[in-house]
Amino acid sequence: MTTETERRESMLTKIADLDAQTALAVLGGGERAVERHHKRDKLLARERIELLIDPGSAFLELSPLAGWGSDFTVGASVVTGIGVIEGVECLITANDPTVKGGASNPWTLKKGFRASQIAEENNLPTVALVESGGADLPTQKDIFIPGGKMFRDITRSSAARVPTIALVFGNSTAGGAYIPGMSDYTVMVKEKAKVFLGGPPLVKMATGEESDDESLGGAEMHARVSGLADYLAVDEYDAIRIGRRIVARLNQSKKGAATSGITFADPEQDPEGLLDLIPTDLKEPFDPREVIARIADGRSGTNGAVFDEFKPLYGNSLVTGWAKIHGHQVGILANAQGVLFSEEAQKATQFIQLANQIDVPLLFLQNTTGYMVGAEYEQGGIIKHGAQMINAVSNSKVPHLTVVMAASYGAGNYGMNGRAFDPRFLFTWPSAKSAVMGPAQLAGVLEIVAKQSAESKGQEFDAEGFSAVKAMVEAQIEEQSMPYFLSGMVYDDGVIDPRDTRTVLGICLSVIANKPIEGTDRFGVFRM
Amino acid sequence: MTITRILVANRGEIARRVFTTARRLGIGTVAVYSDADSGLPFVSEADLAVRLPGNSPAETYLRGDLIIDAARRAGADAIHPGYGFLSENAGFARAVIAAGLTWIGPTPESIDAMGSKIAAKELMSAAGVPVFGQIDPAAATEADLPMLVKASAGGGGRGMRIVRSLADLPGEVELASNEAASAFGDATVFCEPYLENGRHVEVQVVGDTHGNVLVLGERDCSLQRRHQKVVEEAPAPLLSDEVRTTLHEGARLAAAAISYVGAGTVEFMVSTSSTPGGETAKVSFLEMNTRLQVEHPVTEAVFGIDLVEAQIRVAEGGTAPSAPTHPRGHAVEVRLYAEDPAADYQPQSGVLDIFEVPAELAFEQFATYGSRLDSGFVSGSEVSTHYDAMLAKVIVWGPDRASAFRTLAGVLERARIHGLVTNRDLLVRLLRDEKILAGEVSTDFLGTFDLAGPTVGTSSAERAAVVAAAERDRAARRVQHGIPVAWRNVVSQPQRTMLRPLAGGEDTEVLWYGGRDGYRFADDVVVVSATADQVVLEVDGVRVTHTVRLIDDVAHVDSGLGSASYRMLPRFVDPAEQVSAGSLLAPMPGTVIAVSAEDGSEVEAGQTLLVLEAMKMQHSISAPGHGVVEIAVVVGQQVAAGDVLAVVSTDAEPATNEESA
Repeated sequence: MTTETERRESMLTKIADLDAQTALAVLGGGERAVERHHKRDKLLARERIELLIDPGSAFLELSPLAGWGSDFTVGASVVTGIGVIEGVECLITANDPTVKGGASNPWTLKKGFRASQIAEENNLPTVALVESGGADLPTQKDIFIPGGKMFRDITRSSAARVPTIALVFGNSTAGGAYIPGMSDYTVMVKEKAKVFLGGPPLVKMATGEESDDESLGGAEMHARVSGLADYLAVDEYDAIRIGRRIVARLNQSKKGAATSGITFADPEQDPEGLLDLIPTDLKEPFDPREVIARIADGRSGTNGAVFDEFKPLYGNSLVTGWAKIHGHQVGILANAQGVLFSEEAQKATQFIQLANQIDVPLLFLQNTTGYMVGAEYEQGGIIKHGAQMINAVSNSKVPHLTVVMAASYGAGNYGMNGRAFDPRFLFTWPSAKSAVMGPAQLAGVLEIVAKQSAESKGQEFDAEGFSAVKAMVEAQIEEQSMPYFLSGMVYDDGVIDPRDTRTVLGICLSVIANKPIEGTDRFGVFRM
Repeated sequence: MTITRILVANRGEIARRVFTTARRLGIGTVAVYSDADSGLPFVSEADLAVRLPGNSPAETYLRGDLIIDAARRAGADAIHPGYGFLSENAGFARAVIAAGLTWIGPTPESIDAMGSKIAAKELMSAAGVPVFGQIDPAAATEADLPMLVKASAGGGGRGMRIVRSLADLPGEVELASNEAASAFGDATVFCEPYLENGRHVEVQVVGDTHGNVLVLGERDCSLQRRHQKVVEEAPAPLLSDEVRTTLHEGARLAAAAISYVGAGTVEFMVSTSSTPGGETAKVSFLEMNTRLQVEHPVTEAVFGIDLVEAQIRVAEGGTAPSAPTHPRGHAVEVRLYAEDPAADYQPQSGVLDIFEVPAELAFEQFATYGSRLDSGFVSGSEVSTHYDAMLAKVIVWGPDRASAFRTLAGVLERARIHGLVTNRDLLVRLLRDEKILAGEVSTDFLGTFDLAGPTVGTSSAERAAVVAAAERDRAARRVQHGIPVAWRNVVSQPQRTMLRPLAGGEDTEVLWYGGRDGYRFADDVVVVSATADQVVLEVDGVRVTHTVRLIDDVAHVDSGLGSASYRMLPRFVDPAEQVSAGSLLAPMPGTVIAVSAEDGSEVEAGQTLLVLEAMKMQHSISAPGHGVVEIAVVVGQQVAAGDVLAVVSTDAEPATNEESA
């Protein structure tokens, strides 16, 4: 068993590493590019966002490590996140012009699509801070065809009565011109914004016409002649000011459960203790009630208990029950012993149905090695029961939140609401690992299969030779199950410091409440 | 002739002062008030109050007819004039008496006798009071320098000028004469020797109708700015018994010479110089004030006598009270003004957001050593431009001079005064000044004093202001109520808050971080606790508790390290609301009385463009640099503080503004 000190040191090391990886994203195109950008009297993407959101409000950056482990700069040349503008929660995207002029690569696209999905699912107005040189041409094959979705999403949001706003700070040309073009409100910065389908060289080639940037796509021209710009901003600050005024007049109100005026208490256990909880060896289980006590509201006049556990004596490898986070009631499903048996699967199924019956969001706290295998369990119907749980998770209509605390292996990832099951938000702790199975198990399985294959061919199995393959596979799986790698693939919404979990969930629950929360009574056929 | 209800023909602190004694004696109280004063405490505290429509003194507190009518309507049987306004107006005193009311003050004849300074000096000289001879300006020689040109009527420093060169004399006489004419309606001025390092010492007397004259020691009022008293004390420090006796005896003779009835003050100039043969002192009668003085509380403290009560009893025909022969302990008073000493004592007007002075008494008489506040204003009061900018007097009575000064400095330092710039910091520094503590006071002391004072380190106050404002914003959130302030999962930069010190000085940017562990700064200053009205910081291991009051975008901060006020500047300015560069703004509300540059003409740096009259003072607005001027106002126009008066465009072509068309 690992000691608290060991766990803490291990977690702090991982958090320090997380900070280092995140710093790469903040650095964008590097110091020289930042300096050049500032010299042009331009603000960085995050500087624009800081000015755009309400003073002292929070900003939850999404997918900050997108592109990690790829050939592209960490962060994928765009910043996305949720911020509060004039008291309204908005989805904000900002191109990072210090990275290849803000050009979009395949990861930019993936990150952008995820942001639009969040905006759509949660009724968030979108504010796009635009300054992008368009597509990263060498990767056009990966972005041209799917990229149209970006424009489709803007107008679909508009049609769904969720406003879209574009503040154009610089280049927004060719395909990029459709971002202001499709938005409901467009602000352009004088002498800086440049919005046209084709620039002077392309126009010259296409029609022979001699032209210049300003007449083709200058902010003044669009504000006074074409009418594409609704507002002409004198500078970047002014554009942001106008953007804030636009949001202030959007007449937004929350459609879900209101929590304003509700008071709640801080957790009864110090969230700092979360660092001491996660064993360095994921084979060692930990009690998720310790996590719940550090992320859920403490007792107060409006909250008689921290956690009302459901079915505490049944299927105790999975903890289920009710709690409140920042005043919002949630149903929690948390792995306790890693393995899911039939009882746990059935308990989860019932609990998900209960939450749908009363319109309460669900929170999944993952630390699972998957569904139990073995003759006894197969014969006991573990597949049926696992399927029931996946059926319930898939068809549940209340919003789901998932936090991958540690292990997330096999079908346990699915049953516990992995990315494929579209939780509204999914965040990962630095201690997490996700894969079809553990690296050692996977390598071991490969070895057994190879041995059987050799034997069936009448060949002798070279155990010594295979050990090198085994080690390589193990290392590869280990690497690919690490949180940065998966976050880089945009398989989560970000890796977070465990101590920030309550805050992140609080923001998510507040964001979710922008749309009515309605459960369902329609599930797939439960195989009994 | 028992008085049952007193009308105070005055305003502010002196009205409240008279009411306090009247209430104690069981006498009813009546206030009169101008429109601008209708919200002040003296109006609501009076049993009855009568409105005097309008604002200017000429429309209100100088309207004797309206005041006597008010007394009749409110059933008052006596009128107390306070100080200033009609207090030394013999015509008003006569009208009060003619209306069958009791006049709480000296006889009109006494007022007349002392009203003309020239005549009074002759009278006093004849009575044996030490008096300087007058100098005929036409016959003045170098030997007569320096000399003082003074208005024969009135007081308060107006129409008073020091002349150090004969060449300046005719001009100064003319200016003094003009000022006297406009202030007092009497252009008569005279010249007398001016004593360098002179001290202003005055003697309190109370006479009654039975021929008694009570002499209540002297007060030193030498610390003056522009001939207005700032610090006053009793008894006067470092006076020989001989000089003291000369002063007391002179005052007695002065009062007796005009059969003075009521409370009055005989003012003297005292000049001491050390010579090998010992100390020689010159004493000269200046004038007699036939009224209660602003600084009367210091005498009340050391003699244990309520001077307003004495005034009332004498007016009722009673005798002057008996008093100890010698003062007990030492008393000192300061006048707290809404003014900016560093900006030429510019008077300030506006809302006094916070006014909390930790004094033990308010207007009441001292029973033991302690502090007393005589204030005309409370937190939230509006200080108008129409009247004197004195906010309050703070008085301390202590066993000796040093301890009285120390206590008063402490009371002032711990006072929470915000919304207007005041002379508080200057007063504190004066009360702790080594020379002043040594008794080396003179009327020209403040002329050489550093009025602005050192800039105190206020970075902890700045941080407290920013943190308190962030806490207020957090409480006002419409969403995400419990989320930590300025929380970021990706920290890319600090939060930035720009502060503009209201007392003047450079804007500063406070950089701070929020997040999971609360507020942080780039250095190791720790935020121990924070709410919108109290922020505790730990700086170098020392905890400092800041009390903060936020009013819109202004933060008032007080702590053991001092006080400060800041305006938190908005992150954005609507370009449509921006004034063009080179705009000259009205420094305060007032009236344009002259425009001396032609619209569209070329002007030089420093050239006077127009003159604004505000708070009875004239302010010249001059060009900040060479350029073409655009005048935005006309003569006679009323302007508010911050209004654009003129724009000087520094480039050759006149500014065009087609954007906003």
